[in-house]
Amino acid sequence: MLDTSLIDWSRAQFALTACYHWLFVPLTLGLAVIMGTMETLYVIKKDDFWKRAARFWMKLFGINFAIGVATGIILEFEFGTNWSNYSWFVGDIFGAPLAIEGILAFFMEATFIAVMFFGWNKVSKSFHLTSTWLTGIGATLSAWWILVANAWMQHPVGMAFNPVTVRNEMTDFSAVAFSAAPAMKFLHTVSSGWLTGCVFVIGVSCWFLLKRREQPMAKASIKVAAIIGLFSALFIMFTGDQSGLQMAKNQPMKLASAEGLMDGGKNMPFSVVPGIKIPGMLSVLATHDINGYVPGINDLINGYTDPITGEKHLSADQKMVKGRLALNAFRDFKKYEKTDQAKKDSAQLVLNKNMKYFGYGYIKDKHELMPKSKIVLVYWAFRFMVGIGVFLSLVMVLMLWFGRKDKLENNRWLLYTALYSIPLVWIAGQCGWILTEVGRQPWAIQDLLPLSAAVSGVESSSVVITFFLFLLLFTALLVAELTILLKAIRKGPEPIVESK
Amino acid sequence: MITYEFLQQYWWLVISLLAGLLVFLMFVQGANSLIFAVGRTEEEKKLIVNSTGRKWEFTFTTLVTFGGAFFASFPLFYSTSFGGAYWVWMLILVSFVLQAVSYEFQSKPGNIFGSKVYRRFLVFNGIFGPFLIGVAVATFFEGSNFIVNKASMGLLDNNTISHWANASHGLDALLDPWNLIFGFAVMFLARMEGSLYMINNINDKEINSKLRLQLLRDTVPFLILFLAFLAHILVKDGYGVNAAGVVSMVPYKYALNLLHMPVVAVIFLVGVLLVLYGTIRSIISKKYIRGIWSVGIGTTLTVIALFLLAGYNNTAYYPSNTDLQSSLYLGNSCSSYFTLQVMSVVSLLVPFVLAYIIYAWRAIDKRSLTKDELKEDEQLY
Repeated sequence: MLDTSLIDWSRAQFALTACYHWLFVPLTLGLAVIMGTMETLYVIKKDDFWKRAARFWMKLFGINFAIGVATGIILEFEFGTNWSNYSWFVGDIFGAPLAIEGILAFFMEATFIAVMFFGWNKVSKSFHLTSTWLTGIGATLSAWWILVANAWMQHPVGMAFNPVTVRNEMTDFSAVAFSAAPAMKFLHTVSSGWLTGCVFVIGVSCWFLLKRREQPMAKASIKVAAIIGLFSALFIMFTGDQSGLQMAKNQPMKLASAEGLMDGGKNMPFSVVPGIKIPGMLSVLATHDINGYVPGINDLINGYTDPITGEKHLSADQKMVKGRLALNAFRDFKKYEKTDQAKKDSAQLVLNKNMKYFGYGYIKDKHELMPKSKIVLVYWAFRFMVGIGVFLSLVMVLMLWFGRKDKLENNRWLLYTALYSIPLVWIAGQCGWILTEVGRQPWAIQDLLPLSAAVSGVESSSVVITFFLFLLLFTALLVAELTILLKAIRKGPEPIVESK
Repeated sequence: MITYEFLQQYWWLVISLLAGLLVFLMFVQGANSLIFAVGRTEEEKKLIVNSTGRKWEFTFTTLVTFGGAFFASFPLFYSTSFGGAYWVWMLILVSFVLQAVSYEFQSKPGNIFGSKVYRRFLVFNGIFGPFLIGVAVATFFEGSNFIVNKASMGLLDNNTISHWANASHGLDALLDPWNLIFGFAVMFLARMEGSLYMINNINDKEINSKLRLQLLRDTVPFLILFLAFLAHILVKDGYGVNAAGVVSMVPYKYALNLLHMPVVAVIFLVGVLLVLYGTIRSIISKKYIRGIWSVGIGTTLTVIALFLLAGYNNTAYYPSNTDLQSSLYLGNSCSSYFTLQVMSVVSLLVPFVLAYIIYAWRAIDKRSLTKDELKEDEQLY
């Protein structure tokens, strides 16, 4: 029997690393845009005011950057250390984006960040500005490739199973890298990073205004961040809507869980919170049609016929039967691979016919497909993410409104609101990933490979030790980063000193 | 028509190149391991940290790219080695994570643990990073203890395709003396590179003379260990693969590989000579500061040659001592033809990437780092 605690601890370790990683990366993405914009203003206006502001945010960027890189390398290697079956089963497709990320994005980031930090007095203004933007573009490109990989896990396309090599092999690179799913995932995630940076900059700037320090820089930073932040918020809404459509199409169980929807139907209401519903809204979100049909968890488990298209959808039991047929056929294929061509071909026919359900072959109990305990988590994660997003959009509008009238300092309630909004944007980001990742359990790759068949063959005791090792390490480093950040913020921007 | 075999060989060459560059760039680790040995005063320690602090991301990125490229081109290695030798890779990771944050945090107010702790992290990574990576590479010649059975994927339970054959999860590599010898050789090589890099990058007479002495101290054990390992692999049996994919022990396999692949032999010889030339001239001449380049290029070439010896000419590059037929060779562990082809197109961008790295590097390193610069620069570690 497979050690179930091994799966749980491996999941916990990966979740821990991903959650910590996503504390640092969105700030990197967001601050990159802010400091790039400010340095551009410095070069265009030739005004040291903008250079000083850009350098201040750059300093905070630097404190945050390294720990994001550090947690990122662990994530990359954990695919191998903790999910070794996964690494072989889909490595032919999944490895490529990671390698491209390294070649195209990481080197760009690593090269130009050195120029950005140490090149102020060594390279020309335009080369420095280019380096600042290339650092941000490198970080953003890196997000593109890792999100391509993640989107592929949610909706595997562009590949075919090869029973000889016992893995899925890529057949269409453009489908993997450039289809709608990765594009939307990238735009949604990166724009949420921009919003994170903007909320951080606004919150810190409001603290300066509350302390009556550095008012000109704080007001200018608020203006820049609120414009970018509002743009990001609108972008997040659009891409979120598109992601919802894709979720309804490709991962209906995730959508049903996010809604806590047990029984589906047409013209379905959206649950704002338990007890408050907006009629027809869920159908609109899922299908862009108020009368659209949305299946519930029971429908997906028991099978259903879409009343609009007439399309029949198999029950979990039926999918599991087909999955077992695929697994059995694969075993027969391997058994007769070198000894009996006819039996081998016949096994391959059955395998090809049922390959779509291959992953269901590993599922022993249909309730594994959506354990009730996870529904509560996914339901609330979705609401917190959307609720906080709407709230922060409002904060951006208010900042722009009062900032335009130069009345920010007169409205201390707004300054406090913005300051205390800083943790909210991180909560929203974490909730987004909880929705994305917990919502698709038990799949490592949707319908193709459950976690139970993806895990490495190590003892759970080893993973327990590394889990606590990383927990201790990441927490200590997070605390150190926060105290360093707070000290650097309290100190404020440095005066501009030109080197000889 | 580009054949599948050609793509496999091409990607092994790319992996070898990345490995070579990684060992060259481990001058960062080598220099960091000398923070307390060479840097006696606070100012000297700061010089060392700020000198390597402008380059550490190249090493780190090369390590990440090495991992990513291995995953993309030889996923069965990624799956078998990382999933099996769990503890070796985890230790390597932890040491690099500690390094990544230590630069930025060490001199910042509020860093909780104090600069000494972060510098010790750098020393820890500087010693254990190269040593463990050296041990991992030595297993390419010495073999490891794992079993691969891809057909397990068809089982309902216990479907993990690769298992480590004992509970050590890779730590058993530390019991093989030849792995240790190569691990220590790589560690001393990194220290030599670290000294040479600082001789080139730091403009300070006192540090410079200490570094040249340190270089001599690290060169002697490196040469002894490296030559011992070299002699060992040239006389030992290697892991050959026949046309049917059957792995067997072949007497003098690596010596034969060297004879059958004269180009590799030349690369190896040129690499070793460049390392020796750069090192000896740097020890003898007090004015010579460019040793890092000949040693760096020499190291890269030597590592490339070692990787080619391990993987080319029908050799199993990741052999299993537990089950010889579980050994990994290029043909049974690589990605599909299509993926290797796509990745090969992407790899054409590598020269462009190298070009902008060189350009940016030169822009930053126009002048050597001095104690005066430490006083006037606002951006310091």
